Amino acid sequence: MNLNIIVPALLLSVLVLSSCSSNPAQGRKAGGGAAPTLLGQGSTAHTAGLQDHGLPPAFSDPRSPLYQRVIYFDYDRSDLSPDAVEILRAHALYLSTHPNRRIRLEGHADERGTREYNLALSEQRALGVQRFLLAEGVGPEQLSVRSYGEERPAQLGHNEAAWAANRRVELVYP
Amino acid sequence: MWKPFPYLLLFFLGFLSKAQAQLTIEIVGGTEGAQPIAVVPFGLNTGGVQVPDLAQVIAADLARTGRFNPMPRRDMLVTPHRAEEVDLRDWRLQAMDNLVIGEIARRPNGYYAVHFILFDVFQGKELENRTFRSTHADLRYTAHRIADVIYERLTGQPGVFTTRIAYVTSTLGSDGERVVLRVADADGYNPQTIVSSRDPILSPAWSPDGRQLAYVSFEQGRTAIFVQELATGRRERVAAFQGLNTAPAWSPDGRQLAMSLSRDGNPEIYVMDLASRSLRRLTDDPGIDTEPAWSPDGQHIVFTSGRGGTPQIYQIPAAGGQAKRLTFEHDYNSRASYAPDGKSLVLVTRVNGQFRIGLLDLNRGTIRLLSQGDLDESPSFAPNGVMVLYATQYQGRGVLAAVSIDGRVTQRLSQEGEDVREPAWSPLLR
Repeated sequence: MNLNIIVPALLLSVLVLSSCSSNPAQGRKAGGGAAPTLLGQGSTAHTAGLQDHGLPPAFSDPRSPLYQRVIYFDYDRSDLSPDAVEILRAHALYLSTHPNRRIRLEGHADERGTREYNLALSEQRALGVQRFLLAEGVGPEQLSVRSYGEERPAQLGHNEAAWAANRRVELVYP
Repeated sequence: MWKPFPYLLLFFLGFLSKAQAQLTIEIVGGTEGAQPIAVVPFGLNTGGVQVPDLAQVIAADLARTGRFNPMPRRDMLVTPHRAEEVDLRDWRLQAMDNLVIGEIARRPNGYYAVHFILFDVFQGKELENRTFRSTHADLRYTAHRIADVIYERLTGQPGVFTTRIAYVTSTLGSDGERVVLRVADADGYNPQTIVSSRDPILSPAWSPDGRQLAYVSFEQGRTAIFVQELATGRRERVAAFQGLNTAPAWSPDGRQLAMSLSRDGNPEIYVMDLASRSLRRLTDDPGIDTEPAWSPDGQHIVFTSGRGGTPQIYQIPAAGGQAKRLTFEHDYNSRASYAPDGKSLVLVTRVNGQFRIGLLDLNRGTIRLLSQGDLDESPSFAPNGVMVLYATQYQGRGVLAAVSIDGRVTQRLSQEGEDVREPAWSPLLR
């Protein structure tokens, strides 16, 4: 259970250390992905501004629920935790007040169990998030769903910490 | 929605020109109880043309089954190539049950005549005495055919040395992941690229005639089911509906493809008629239904369903009807497929948190474990039913393993620097 708190916290600290431009979804490339950029370099800050074009400052504020764009799940489950609900309410509020904004919900599973079943499980997770956002007043045309199963892990490794980080739905603002 | 989707595989050519990575096979299990057999290096009458070492190919084929223990060459005191050169007393003294000799002759027309004789050493008689005609390029294949003949003569079951395996490899480079669907000979030789992608490819499934593969490929970020003709590389996208399009499985007559689609909001089992592309829905429940597989007589389909709270195997008549649960042992059972005789299922089962390959006896309803890993998956039967091929982890890497269904011998197929997964054993290709 504690992993559900520790992992996002770890992710957060990594992200703060790396460029402000990264959102949690982009920090996922196994083995590091984009090279971290040092804070305090003017050009980096500029790039971040371009990448988050149109997103309000709350999206880059680690204290804001909008900063959190990854929802985590328990093993073989697709129901939403209280933490997930809080994050999703904030995104629902933002999306329902910005009807031109689109969001992609990308479902994932950990590597345990079979690949096909995990594809289905990751879809159920993403669809669960979609249902919640719709119920909170987000327009159906604002939402799209993708399911990656265990094929796109956020973390490599065959241990509880990696598995917990990989059971997720990423909220991707294009 | 689905339309024929012909593709030229031109953009793969750059990739093909690189040296093809090849699977290497190690035998892990013991050989106690294996029959001693001597496969003498074949005589060469090829006018100096280099040819593969066919006796070695044959001996390696037989050894991999765990049922034969070929004599090391350094122990051979004589190396006859023709019947008149054989004195079976030499081989009795060395406790060989069987002896194989042979000769490769190059004909003026460029073809090769490969002659071999299989002896029963103790009864003192010839069991097989045949000549195969072969091109130079097919000599290794001819060795596999000879191994098939020997295996069938000595065990009563067809050999599977001329079959092939499909599998997916993944390499993580600086520019991201490269995923390749490959087909190789059953001994890992002669790997060929079927499709190469930056996105996941999974669930390769052989058509019953061995000429086509169905598989799932993520293209434009979504799953779609493709059917590809191996000889030409031409492929068609047969299912690309809203939601998931996964888990293709051919009916034994090759006319229908079972699959899991979530186009109606939840993964359900469908059967597609390949000629008309019409769909028939077989399941209807709020849980996940996926991983269908046909019984050898085409009458039933087994599939994985989460309807009971945990994934379990269910069976439904292929014509439609009531689903019946088949697994009651262990709290996670998935990806089942039938043995060629229809009497058992091979599946993935979770025991003490570890995912292993299990054999479900359909009469008794009990599961016997075949593997010892903790993340084993994707099992499929060899077409003669004596081995099961599956994916496992070894030293932190994805490798393939094949285990005899008596659990006695395991072989590991791995590829340097790559993850190998999603194996599928072809049908008999005669």
